[in-house]
Amino acid sequence: MKKAQLLKQALLLAGGIAMLMPFLWMVSTSLEQGGLQNYVEAWNRVPFGTYFLNTLIVTGITLVGVLITSSLAAYSFGTMSYPGRDKLFLLFLSTMMVPQPVYLAPSYVILAKLGWVDTYLALIVPWTTNVFSIFLLRQHFMTLPKSLYEAARLDGCSRFAYLWRVALPLSKSVIATIMLFNVIGSWNSFMWPLVVTHSEKLRVLQVGLSYFNQEQSSNYQLLMAASTFSVLPLIILFLFAQKHLAASYSRSGLKD
Amino acid sequence: MRTGSKISPYLYILPALIIVICFRTIPILASFTASFSDYDIGGFHGFVAFSNYERMFTDDRFWSSVSNTVFFVLGVVPAGIAIPLVLAMLLRGELKGKAIYRTIYFLPVVTSAVAVSVVWTWLFKPEAGPINGVITALGGNPLMWLREPRGIFEMMLSPLGIHPGGIFAGPSLALVSLMIVSVWKSIGYNTVLFLAGLENIPGTYYEAAKLDGAGKWGTFRHITWPLLSPTTFYVLIMSTIASFQTFALVYVMTPPPGGGPLGTTNVIVFYLFQKAFDRFDIGYASAISVFLFVVLLGLTILQRRFGERRVHYS
Repeated sequence: MKKAQLLKQALLLAGGIAMLMPFLWMVSTSLEQGGLQNYVEAWNRVPFGTYFLNTLIVTGITLVGVLITSSLAAYSFGTMSYPGRDKLFLLFLSTMMVPQPVYLAPSYVILAKLGWVDTYLALIVPWTTNVFSIFLLRQHFMTLPKSLYEAARLDGCSRFAYLWRVALPLSKSVIATIMLFNVIGSWNSFMWPLVVTHSEKLRVLQVGLSYFNQEQSSNYQLLMAASTFSVLPLIILFLFAQKHLAASYSRSGLKD
Repeated sequence: MRTGSKISPYLYILPALIIVICFRTIPILASFTASFSDYDIGGFHGFVAFSNYERMFTDDRFWSSVSNTVFFVLGVVPAGIAIPLVLAMLLRGELKGKAIYRTIYFLPVVTSAVAVSVVWTWLFKPEAGPINGVITALGGNPLMWLREPRGIFEMMLSPLGIHPGGIFAGPSLALVSLMIVSVWKSIGYNTVLFLAGLENIPGTYYEAAKLDGAGKWGTFRHITWPLLSPTTFYVLIMSTIASFQTFALVYVMTPPPGGGPLGTTNVIVFYLFQKAFDRFDIGYASAISVFLFVVLLGLTILQRRFGERRVHYS
């Protein structure tokens, strides 16, 4: 028994080291020669400050949009009955079956027609709703007891006030899941911003890092320093929220 | 007041509906329409029936992107199931350091594909990269990794005097390098799914097996594996769908214009992307995206069909 435990630990440890190695190499290379000075230099070589700020703006506003549109739509889909509801919900769900690369080119054409290419609008507006978030929240709203709603209405609570004061406060865990998924998704999104923005002042972190990689392809220390500070915010978020995150991933079975 | 409450359910949906219609439904439908039209940088030039599809089916670069993608899927998916399954088996139950292992394995999942690609490009560097450093320290020959266009079977067999050609040469080492990174990045996610699947298997089955004197392998073979099959099937289909759409790793690690050494890492989404945004050949790119959509839809339907039928707990 003891031997089996030891073997298990040895295997897991070896696997863990293999998983961690690229990160260790990243950090150690980033500190070679210049030390922490590499970070300062990478940060100033191209406007990483602007990239960070853009990423924060896009991630933040997108998140607020998703939370508003999803709670409103999920509330309607999950608690009200009216003609056409299920057909509309199906229309929403059907878009989840189509992966982003399939409609990327026509999306670009639409943005071009709207005059939104190379603006914050293109980075933010199309992502201010998220069907999967609506789905998760709707499932949760459907589990809230009807008597709760009726009692609140008797107390003179309006429909909207019920959502705001009762339903949403009872959905904290689902909302946390939605926030995590959307923050990770926006922060790491690459193909979309690569396509819809061109100018440097609108560049987000992932696109900036990929250009930096092309320009500085032999300057490993700077590249690793830039990679380190690009992944740090999400890794910190992950370390704080990991219990919740792992549970959410396994419950929902969703990847980027 | 009455009419107000009648239309209010629709008002709640309205913001989401506008976004979904403008930025999902319309582009999706437009993608089908565009695939039947001549649409380039100058805009729409009329419908052309199936000529984009005819062009696609006779385009060698397209077919090589399909075979590269199939190689990629065939390499990534089995490894992305086997390794996480073993890890989940090791991690289940009481274990010292379980939380730490889970954290470490999951770390690459939340790390952006771009950063991962930048780091692995450095690890794979033929001249100064750490991986070749380790290989030479152990007395081996350094490899070209991301810059190696030769197929791996060809590389393995050529010292024996055998030179397989075409598809039999296998995926290029460059593409295999991308597969390694892709597997590494997805291990944690699939492990979490398998762990959840294992937790769903009722303990009574194991107690019964123990009473029957079943060995470790027998228990796995006759209880764990069959009862885990819905999870395994889910992971299989989801990894296949995700692998079919690989883009960021290819774009960053083997950057344009080439699509890797001699185009050997040119996968389907990368090809689609180049046609659409380097050439602005929207009509042709749309035909490729419809092809991609049909393949992925087929896989999704497969998942629905078999995935549900196979769930058979007690």
